[in-house]
Amino acid sequence: MTITLDQTIKQKQQNWLAAVLGSQTFWILLSVILACIFLSFATDSFATTKNLYNITRNVTFVAIIALGMTIVIITGGIDLSVGSVLCLCSMVLAVVMHAGYSIEVGIAASIGTALVIGAFNGVLIAYLGFPPFVVTLGMLSIARSLAMVASNNTVVFQFGPDHDKLLALGGGAWFFGIANPVLYMIVLALLTGFVLRWTRFGRYVFAMGGNEHAATLTGVPVQRIKVVVYMISALSAGVAGIIQTGWLGAVTTNIGAGMELQVIAATVIGGANLAGGVGTAFGALIGAALIEVIRNSLGLLGINAFWQGTFIGGAIVLAVLFDRIRNLRQSE
Amino acid sequence: MAVLELTNISKHFGAIQAVNDVSFVLEAGQVVGLMGDNGAGKSTLVKMIAGNFRPSHGTMHMDGQELALHRPVEARQHGIEIVHQDLALCNNLTAAANVFLGRELRRGVGPLKVLDYKAMYRRAGEIFKELKSETRPRDLVKQMSGGQRQAVAIARTMLSEAKIVLMDEPTAAISVRQVAEVLNLIRHLRDRGIAVVLISHRMPDVFSVADRVIVMRRGRKVADKPIEASSPEEVTGLITGAIEQV
Ligand SMILES: Nc1ncnc2c1ncn2[C@@H]1O[C@H](COP(=O)(O)OP(=O)(O)OP(=O)(O)O)[C@@H](O)[C@H]1O
Ligand SMILES: [Mg+2]
Repeated sequence: MTITLDQTIKQKQQNWLAAVLGSQTFWILLSVILACIFLSFATDSFATTKNLYNITRNVTFVAIIALGMTIVIITGGIDLSVGSVLCLCSMVLAVVMHAGYSIEVGIAASIGTALVIGAFNGVLIAYLGFPPFVVTLGMLSIARSLAMVASNNTVVFQFGPDHDKLLALGGGAWFFGIANPVLYMIVLALLTGFVLRWTRFGRYVFAMGGNEHAATLTGVPVQRIKVVVYMISALSAGVAGIIQTGWLGAVTTNIGAGMELQVIAATVIGGANLAGGVGTAFGALIGAALIEVIRNSLGLLGINAFWQGTFIGGAIVLAVLFDRIRNLRQSE
Repeated sequence: MAVLELTNISKHFGAIQAVNDVSFVLEAGQVVGLMGDNGAGKSTLVKMIAGNFRPSHGTMHMDGQELALHRPVEARQHGIEIVHQDLALCNNLTAAANVFLGRELRRGVGPLKVLDYKAMYRRAGEIFKELKSETRPRDLVKQMSGGQRQAVAIARTMLSEAKIVLMDEPTAAISVRQVAEVLNLIRHLRDRGIAVVLISHRMPDVFSVADRVIVMRRGRKVADKPIEASSPEEVTGLITGAIEQV
């Protein structure tokens, strides 16, 4: 009996190395790095500045929305409407600026739209008890239809007096040659990571996903937080929409179609658990990066693009398989 | 001295009358054993005192003032703490995070406040030590034994100086040694002048710590008497309905 109660209480369950090795995010990060190393040797075109610039920028739109989605998924919810919300917010921005308003007004209208949609989803889910799947599936349909109504289903590519400002916002590289969308992504990821780890709101998000009933009993304002969480998700889609509009220089009513699945795939590959209670901001970025690297490399390796879905689907299953194996070993 | 007074409290869920016209007084420094069959309404009654449910009828008074609780936070502000029957723990959080759930310690200035992990680990560790429980504040609750989980739930009631502690079957899933610890803790709380309500199906527990026993049957209070004036046989009869009322 040399171990005192004091020592037991001070002990930690595992050291940080074991924690890192046990995390899905770490192994996905490792696969991304290995894939990049392999591709730089196997092809001439992968490790070029231009290709890397393209990859990092393409990652951002999925990654930014995956940050919001991660928070939703940690609470045990899901948001299927993000692709359509991205489209609607882009369209609101485009139509408002096309009508001659400044970029500030356009962005405010776009963000406002996102927040209203998120609040609508959130109130139905939190206060009226709708299943998140149903509400956001409905919104998937509504938001895209509203985008068509707003634009009369045309392509908008002229953004009024602030046209150039908008293109610079999304397409420029104001900081050491890093594409602007990448900068926004990094800032938003740091912010999300901070909120999840260091704020009371973040703590409640995890608590709700772990045991919503317990959270309610102990006085966590579960309903209010749910509304905020769906607003954040819609906001992330709106922000991605604004940046993508500036980058593409045109908005059609089918941008963001099917994007919700890519976003959910990225969060799940990055370690978020659809049952709730688990997920990180960093994981969302890594998941989005892996998907983009797979897409990019298939092209460079000369593999038929039809195989893309198989590889991405395989990555989802593999990532979750890893998690299952770890759980099985623990429960033995 | 009366700490809490319940007058004609009722609660129904739709057509189900869970608690029916119950009145009693909690005294400081007194342990009340609350007994009754499954579904008798014990948990519903203490949840109303803890601010989880609002009574359908009736009033509560604390220190002579009417008490209307809308949220668990308000009950805690009045010094009412509860250990829930299912413990209300989040498996994905650490022991310390669970202890402080709903009242996290934060540091920082103005609106920019961050969670104070260090202080929460330290304080949770102190409480576990006081409970003589080998529970590590940094461990996830997922991997904990029944006794450790119970310690986490009980530790919540010790965060602040409570006036009333409600324990809904705190000894349901733990070893003999830990039952003794919990009973000791209850005596300790009583000696500090705290009113304790102990819900338990274990007759020996109630008869060893309680000063008074209240029996409920089908939502109604059927007995409320000093423990010396009763016996396990009588209480069993009251629970099953063999004895109608005393
Ligand atoms: N949230 C709720 N909604 C509907 N009915 C409820 C709810 N909570 C409790 N009830 C009902 O109220 C009655 C009393 O339940 P309660 O949990 O208070 O019993 P109990 O005495 O604590 O039983 P046990 O010993 O099994 O814990 C039961 O019939 C139960 O089904
Ligand atoms: Mg009960």
